[in-house]
Amino acid sequence: MKPSIFGYEAPTTLEAAISLLAGDPDAMVLAGGQTLLPAMNFRAANPSLLVDIQHIQGLRGIAVGSDAIIVKAMVRHREFELDEEVKRANPLIAEVMQHVAHIPIRNRGTVVGSLCHADPSAEMPLLLALLGGSVVAQGPSGSREIAAEKFFQSFLTTARNHDEIVVEARFPLLPAGAGWAFDEVTRRHGDYAVVGVGCVLALHRSGRATGVRIAACGIADRPIRLKDAETILNGTTLGPLDLDAAVAASLVAVTQPDDTNVSQSYRRRALGTLIRRMVARAAQRAETVA
Amino acid sequence: MSTRMFGARIERNVDPKLLRGEGAFVDDIPLPDALHVAFLRSPHARARINSIDTAAAKASSGVVAIYTCDDIGALDVEMPLLIPHPSMTNPQTQRPLARGDVHYVGQTIAMVVAVDRYIAEDAAALIEVDYAPLPVEMDIVKALDDGAPRVHAAIPNNLAAHFVQTSGDPDGAFAAAEHVTKITVQVDRSTAAPMECRAVAARWEAVTGELTVWDGTQAPISVRGGLASVFGLDEDKVRVIAPDVGGGFGQKVLLFYPDELLVPMAAMQLGRPVKYIEDRRENFIGSSQERTQIHTIELAALKSGEVIGLRDFFLHDTGAFIPYGIAVAQVASTSIAGPYRIPNIFVEFKAVYTPTVQVTPYRGCGRPQACFALERAMDQLAQELGLDRFEIRRRNLVADNQFPYAREGLLFADGLKVTLDSGQYGKALAMAATELGAENFAVAQAKALSDGRYLGLGLACYVEGTGLGPYEGGHVKIHPITGKVYVNTGLSTQGQGHDTVFAQIVADQLGVSPQDVIVVEGDTKAFDWGVATFASRAAVVSGNAIHKTAATVRKKVLQAAANMLDADIDSIELRDSAAWIKGSNRFVPLAAIATASNPLRYAFNKAAQAATQFAPASKHDGPPLAEGEAPGLEATDYYSPSQSTWAYGVHGAIVEVDPGLCTVKIKKYVCIHDCGNMINPMLVEGQVMGGIAQGIGGALYEHLDYQSDGNLANASLMDFLVPYATEIPNVSILHLETPSPLNALGVKGVGEAGCIAVGAVIASGVEDALRPFGALRFHQVPLSPTMIADVLERAGH
Amino acid sequence: MTRMIKPAIADRSADAQVEVALTVNGEAVRRSVSVRLLLSDFLRHELGLTGTHVGCEHGVCGCCTVLIDGKPGRSCLTLAAQANGYSIRTIESVAAADGTLHPVQQAFKECHGLQCGYCTPGMVMNILGRFEEKEPLDLSDDGIRELLSGNLCRCTGYLNIIAAVRRAAELLGKTPA
Ligand SMILES: Cc1cc2nc3c(=O)[nH]c(=O)nc-3n(C[C@H](O)[C@H](O)[C@H](O)COP(=O)(O)OP(=O)(O)OC[C@H]3O[C@@H](n4cnc5c(N)ncnc54)[C@H](O)[C@@H]3O)c2cc1C
Ligand code: FES
Ligand code: FES
Repeated sequence: MKPSIFGYEAPTTLEAAISLLAGDPDAMVLAGGQTLLPAMNFRAANPSLLVDIQHIQGLRGIAVGSDAIIVKAMVRHREFELDEEVKRANPLIAEVMQHVAHIPIRNRGTVVGSLCHADPSAEMPLLLALLGGSVVAQGPSGSREIAAEKFFQSFLTTARNHDEIVVEARFPLLPAGAGWAFDEVTRRHGDYAVVGVGCVLALHRSGRATGVRIAACGIADRPIRLKDAETILNGTTLGPLDLDAAVAASLVAVTQPDDTNVSQSYRRRALGTLIRRMVARAAQRAETVA
Repeated sequence: MSTRMFGARIERNVDPKLLRGEGAFVDDIPLPDALHVAFLRSPHARARINSIDTAAAKASSGVVAIYTCDDIGALDVEMPLLIPHPSMTNPQTQRPLARGDVHYVGQTIAMVVAVDRYIAEDAAALIEVDYAPLPVEMDIVKALDDGAPRVHAAIPNNLAAHFVQTSGDPDGAFAAAEHVTKITVQVDRSTAAPMECRAVAARWEAVTGELTVWDGTQAPISVRGGLASVFGLDEDKVRVIAPDVGGGFGQKVLLFYPDELLVPMAAMQLGRPVKYIEDRRENFIGSSQERTQIHTIELAALKSGEVIGLRDFFLHDTGAFIPYGIAVAQVASTSIAGPYRIPNIFVEFKAVYTPTVQVTPYRGCGRPQACFALERAMDQLAQELGLDRFEIRRRNLVADNQFPYAREGLLFADGLKVTLDSGQYGKALAMAATELGAENFAVAQAKALSDGRYLGLGLACYVEGTGLGPYEGGHVKIHPITGKVYVNTGLSTQGQGHDTVFAQIVADQLGVSPQDVIVVEGDTKAFDWGVATFASRAAVVSGNAIHKTAATVRKKVLQAAANMLDADIDSIELRDSAAWIKGSNRFVPLAAIATASNPLRYAFNKAAQAATQFAPASKHDGPPLAEGEAPGLEATDYYSPSQSTWAYGVHGAIVEVDPGLCTVKIKKYVCIHDCGNMINPMLVEGQVMGGIAQGIGGALYEHLDYQSDGNLANASLMDFLVPYATEIPNVSILHLETPSPLNALGVKGVGEAGCIAVGAVIASGVEDALRPFGALRFHQVPLSPTMIADVLERAGH
Repeated sequence: MTRMIKPAIADRSADAQVEVALTVNGEAVRRSVSVRLLLSDFLRHELGLTGTHVGCEHGVCGCCTVLIDGKPGRSCLTLAAQANGYSIRTIESVAAADGTLHPVQQAFKECHGLQCGYCTPGMVMNILGRFEEKEPLDLSDDGIRELLSGNLCRCTGYLNIIAAVRRAAELLGKTPA
């Protein structure tokens, strides 16, 4: 299991990196390599050129702004997980991060690399979709912001053009007082999610839910916002019948076929269970707001 | 008196070097100028090969040689059938490189030798093969149908072997039964997945005519014999070394894997060392696997719960070839009555060819399957008769005073009648019940249920025939310069800690510290009589051989010391690396005795000078070495067991099932285990615990997912789910020590014990936990979330 | 066998080379290597540091774990070319120069935390890296399981490794969170 031959460049400027990509249709960006290198070792990916972006200036660091957390391209999962400001600004993130692989993988793999890879079972794309975040892609003709909903298109496919580099991702903060929850089912701890569900909601003084957001990974060809369930639950007291209805409305979203680990019908069952549990957990954590 | 080492929890001699990263695994052996091998392997489960074109691959830079079946001369023959048996008709074994047909995905078709593995893989991808794919049948039931696609054109119905064994009068028992229970159970395909994949390196010294092969094998002596005969070399000119080996679990004992022949061949032809380091993907598709069996088992019982008869019919998947004969199925069939008296047994199996890599023993070797069938049936019988699961077992266990308990008519893998030699089966069961808190479990279970939590108790008993013959040997020698003791045996180690347990045995005999006993194994230059490491046999067979040998050396030491100290032999004791006159401070160091026993002329070190202060070691007239006397303190001896020793145990668990996610959490796991006298309990526990973890893998996670076209969907550690630490619960291991009456040390084997019962325990526990949903059945392992969900959904939940 | 003329054989691939300069176990190393050489192969076969093992080459087993700039990482999922400028620590640097075991190694020995020893260097490096992180340690059974997750061991069943982590923390005077 050794990679086939490729060229290797480690530019120090974004412009140089973009022009290398633009000049070779089979070139690929190399960030942490935790997805790309296993694929290359299996010879499932055979890029002609690797553009290693680790030495590019300006691609490091996390900035917590007033409405979003900005994560630069070379920020590793583990940095994102342990950052104290991030923990304070959006506690959902730490709850999600501990489910991503294992510490040695999180030490190397990048948050943005995970978004770009767009594995439908991965946690980072779900997080971005759940929070309604976006990425900023820079190409030969400048940079553009792409909303999560547009970015994740299908299995391992994003709206990124071949000659674009995603320079940062923007994860919105939680609304004041919002409750949050994420959990997933895996076969082994640290594996990609079989099904994962995240939920954010606020509770009105009346006990009714507002601003409900629910998203799932592992059920389709990309992370899915379960908007029908959100609509059903908004304005309710999240009673058992409300949850039944929300679950029933969500099951059609499960399109991932049977695979070596689980069947499609199992994914439906797990999705239903996790929606119920995550909504309840988020509600428990929500502070009542006016 | 020095403390006894046998039975002590001492740390291992081998650890420091392994911990410092100084182990010497095959790929660590520095072989300057080595060339590297990659194989082209079949992407089809069944196909005719119309043509192979290696031109492009040969022409690419860095490629040294490419071999197909046409290029390997006399090696182009079927490899040996290791264990013939009359139940097989026309047994099929593999050729090193496919000729004409391929029979499984992963079968070797061509070997590339190149300057490095990267280039070798590039070249393998450039070889063009024109295949005509053939239909396959992956289901072992359907594979037996008339007209099913054949794995081998000459073998109708894919039937590899058919065998029936009978003990007592099963028909009579079933006629007399008051109750009969019947179930069908299945265990799925799995693999050993040692952390180090297989590896072979070879160096040919044309000048001396010596072939040295480093092979991560469990059977270096056999490989040596095989290579010498294949290449027409004197055995003494072939040295096979199994250096440090990163786990084996059965997978690393096969004669031969294609690479074990082809790598030495290439080294001889190319005049350069050649290395083949199997990668993980190849380990999944090219190295032996095991486990798939479907049993239909019936128990004939009395209302009291006494089981008076057993009938079992099972299908055994043997893969595309059957080099090991029926070993796995035979062990399963002879373990089928477990620790129970069950006096009347009928057991029949059919071994079926499937277009998959060959099946050979993997830790457990048929026992987990037999245990699963029997124990699931016992649970069902208990339920049908309204008996407690512990109680029904209690009523059937062989009693302490019934040993030896023979099963007339059942021949074990050693060709001898199954005879359970000793044990305290009832006590083990009682200990398990206590440790699990079985008595109060129903209360805890009901309480948990009222909180919406589903707890279940699972239970299973097993026996394990261990310590198979034919024999092993030992060589013990006290070094005259250092006084250290050198021990050789013909085994090889894959992490079991042989070096330490053998050192403990010798230390007690010779009064030295185990750290001063240096055990060398796995090198045919050091010792070349013996069989191999498998079937939980090392401690029993080599252990007893070494024990006998050390006792002989002890006698020599005592005699020489008595002579040197001018004392009566009965007054000598050995301790602290010296011989002492009991109750005095007069002693002579072992090194001095060894030196004095070797009549040399030069007193070149301290031991030799010390030796001169004493009387001669040998009292005789005439030349320094008397007629029939050998120099030094040294002996070689062998041990050949009269039959297998039978270890046994009881496992139990408390599990919690989450019906929403269909996950299983093991809350508590208990293992009561008896392998006779324990040489080093710490290492015994290590073996048992490792086995339990593999058993948990087999119970819940590890399943080779063959597609209907014969491709393996999960040929990676990403998708073949070997458990991490996060999947393995705390386990309490409690011991019983019933000495085996069959050997001087009173030991039984332990290598495979841990994994046998786990599948049955977990299925039993899950069934118990989900009882509130009805009498659901779990008759297949590994038990995946999807299987649990399907059962619940079928029951309307 | 009759003696044959030794065939002339190339001894190096024609792959494009890159120059890498990095620190390994405190020593500056500069080599020219194939662009596609994995860091694991570089350490093992170019530098002769064979204590770093390879069990899967797809990131799952953890046998190849080394410290990359102080943090545990997979050497099989890193190119030697990428490691230009990195500081790498391997198992060979852990014991004292005279061979005295480091407390983590000592703890493995005392607790029988290894059998075949193939997974062991990766385990030790992972634990060492985690111990050297400033994050508080959770030394409960489950906390240690989490720390060890990411390293497969096929021999021990892990419990003795869990005990070894706790023992090592004790030897190093690490206090639980
Ligand atoms: C054993 C193991 C377990 C894992 N478990 C999980 C898990 O549970 N959950 C999970 O989410 N992930 C898991 N991963 C994957 C891990 O999270 C990866 O780190 C992540 O998916 C990719 O990040 P990377 O920086 O390593 O990307 P790389 O491997 O370097 O790149 C991944 C892809 O994204 C592209 N890319 C990367 N960065 C950019 C960029 N800035 N602009 C444009 N394209 C870019 C690359 O070209 C490539 O196609 C696991 C990996 C391993 C080896
Ligand atoms: S070899 Fe690197 S993780 Fe397995
Ligand atoms: S000790 Fe053998 S794999 Fe861990």
